[in-house]
Amino acid sequence: MAWLVPMPVAGPLLVAAVIAAVGGMFPRRLVDALATVTAGAVLVVCVVLAREAGAGHGAPLVYWFGGWRPGSVARAGAFPVGVSFVVDPLGASMASLVSLLMLAAMMFSWAWFKEVKVFFRTIMLIFLAAMCGLCLTGDLFNLFVWFELMTAAGVTLCGYKSQESSPLQGALNFAVPNTIGAFMTLIGIGLVYAYTGSLNMAAAGETLRAHPPGSLALMALLLVSAGFLVKGALAPFHFWLADAHAVAPTPVSVLFSGVMVELGLFAIWRVYWGVFSGIPDAPEHAVRVLLLLVGTLTAVWGGLMCYGQHHFKRLLAFSTVCHMGLMAIGVGLLSPRAAAGTALYVAGHACAKGAIFLISGIFLHRFGTVDEMELRGKGRWAPIAGVLMVIGALGLAGVPPFGTGFGGEMIDEAAKDAGAEWVKIVFIFGGAVTAGAVLRAAGRIYWNLGASMEATAARAPRIEERRETRGHEGATPWTMWLPAAALLLVGMGISVWPGLQEAALHAAARMQETGNYRAVVLAGAGGGEGALARAALPAVHSSAGGIGTAAITVSLAVALAIAGLTGMLRGRVGRVVGAGIDWLRVLQSGQVGDYVAWLVAGMAAYGGVLLMGR
Amino acid sequence: MIFYASMAVAGWLLLVGLYGIVTSRHLMHLCLCLTVLQSATYVMLTGIGNRRGASAPVYAGGVPTSAPVVDPVVQALMLTDIVVEATVVALLLAITLQVQKKTGSTDPDNVSVMKG
Repeated sequence: MAWLVPMPVAGPLLVAAVIAAVGGMFPRRLVDALATVTAGAVLVVCVVLAREAGAGHGAPLVYWFGGWRPGSVARAGAFPVGVSFVVDPLGASMASLVSLLMLAAMMFSWAWFKEVKVFFRTIMLIFLAAMCGLCLTGDLFNLFVWFELMTAAGVTLCGYKSQESSPLQGALNFAVPNTIGAFMTLIGIGLVYAYTGSLNMAAAGETLRAHPPGSLALMALLLVSAGFLVKGALAPFHFWLADAHAVAPTPVSVLFSGVMVELGLFAIWRVYWGVFSGIPDAPEHAVRVLLLLVGTLTAVWGGLMCYGQHHFKRLLAFSTVCHMGLMAIGVGLLSPRAAAGTALYVAGHACAKGAIFLISGIFLHRFGTVDEMELRGKGRWAPIAGVLMVIGALGLAGVPPFGTGFGGEMIDEAAKDAGAEWVKIVFIFGGAVTAGAVLRAAGRIYWNLGASMEATAARAPRIEERRETRGHEGATPWTMWLPAAALLLVGMGISVWPGLQEAALHAAARMQETGNYRAVVLAGAGGGEGALARAALPAVHSSAGGIGTAAITVSLAVALAIAGLTGMLRGRVGRVVGAGIDWLRVLQSGQVGDYVAWLVAGMAAYGGVLLMGR
Repeated sequence: MIFYASMAVAGWLLLVGLYGIVTSRHLMHLCLCLTVLQSATYVMLTGIGNRRGASAPVYAGGVPTSAPVVDPVVQALMLTDIVVEATVVALLLAITLQVQKKTGSTDPDNVSVMKG
């Protein structure tokens, strides 16, 4: 099966090259079909890889490009000179999620866009290859390259509607902070290489463990994480996200919010466990304190800003910031149970958020606007979208059977084991605020409620938006609502699929059990059962997926939606909250220089947190 | 010695580039500051690979394979880095052009239509 490993990257890149070269000579539908089929094929390959890597002993599949495996160069000995892909079940599952969303986005854009040109499909396929490469790579510098390719393709897609002003601002604010973050990551990788003489994650981690480098380890960890923190939109590095996601073409926003930013967090997780875990100089509790702090800050910040928007795509973008905070908490607990919960949460969130973004695309197609106020009462012309929207909101709130429900419950349990019960409150807050904002929009659009807007929403930006499609009269084409419905179904099915929760738990435990990973990569041998005995794997609780928590979250969300629609927020409490949101609004200045200043300040502050937590 | 000197230069370039970007009033200037910031990574990478008395990592033209050479891996990294960043800077310059066409200004402040 090893020959399949490079396919998720090589396939889309090849097809992209073909489409770019000769696609213009063929009818548009043929190019559309080729691109969509490619995304589907990558999905199949990734699922096969995930199953393969999860089967048997659970040794990751290792593929050395060009056959440059350790030992193939006589003078280097067992030292890995080559570049490797290391496929573990979790990485391959993440790649599957990426290609699933890409498939939905490709389908959606059949009916979409006045001029989907060959160029758009090409960049989308390159974007897909970059994201899959990031999931599968086992090499630090290779990770950086896929990361930068992802940024370059993402910026291009974000600024695709370059005839309007706001996509230009979005692309600029996307490119600059992410590139600066990537430079810091590269400097961190340089430090690791200077100390260990290796770019392979397993080899570098092994050297760091054998020869602890002192406080250099924390500095290198922070620098390497810099680019991923920016990409992962964790406060205070998150400003670019709202500007970029709100203005990108709808199918692109789906990918941005659904998987791209999550890959930032995934990379932090991969690098921490692959390279920096088990070093006394980079102790677990320092990393845990940092990620829990950052996650909570991000969730509160993003949640408040989300509620204060009425441009629907911008609202969803801030909701993504909030959910990224929750996922960072899940990763930051550093236990296999929390990690497995986070994986389910990411999958559930990607499907729910992707579906709601597609619905915003339907609104733009039918009504030429995504502004909540301008859409008021127009919902009766797009009934299917309304049903899907409410279901999606429940997904954001973390209602089982959505992945967010079961995942959130697993994270709560892990937090309780770690003595951090307060995590549950943050999850309820995040779910309630983001779902409440979507329900409020649904109330306006479908029940014609809330003619007046609360004072604070009046200060939210209005963004010019042009229709992306032709032929908006008549019913919504099935290629628009079917992907949204399918995504919601997958988001619900994912956590009740028999054995999938156990599989996630095993996969997370394997990823964090780095001894086995390193042995397999470096020795090339099947790692056997590994240091982590099966008995040590925590059992899956036969919980109901946190029905109680979900009930509280949904009630709060409905209350928030009603409060927003009836103007109850003009009371004293509302004024205090509104003032808080307004204060955060000032910080979202839309100017790239400010965002870079925040980046520098945030890096300094988090460096301090890491050092003090040591 | 050269290692520490190159680290100091890289650190200085990093800070200067960041300062320039934060205070930039012109998108073209901003792109150039980004390339200054980027050269910090070049200096650092070549500094890491340096060896005293070593020559370029090319064993042609009668150089014996036992001769000391600098680390070729970091130089390969640097080349890749240049390629990747050239793409990003090209994109930024294209955005700059488009902004200039659209708004008639190249001040980053005039681009920001979304706030809050």
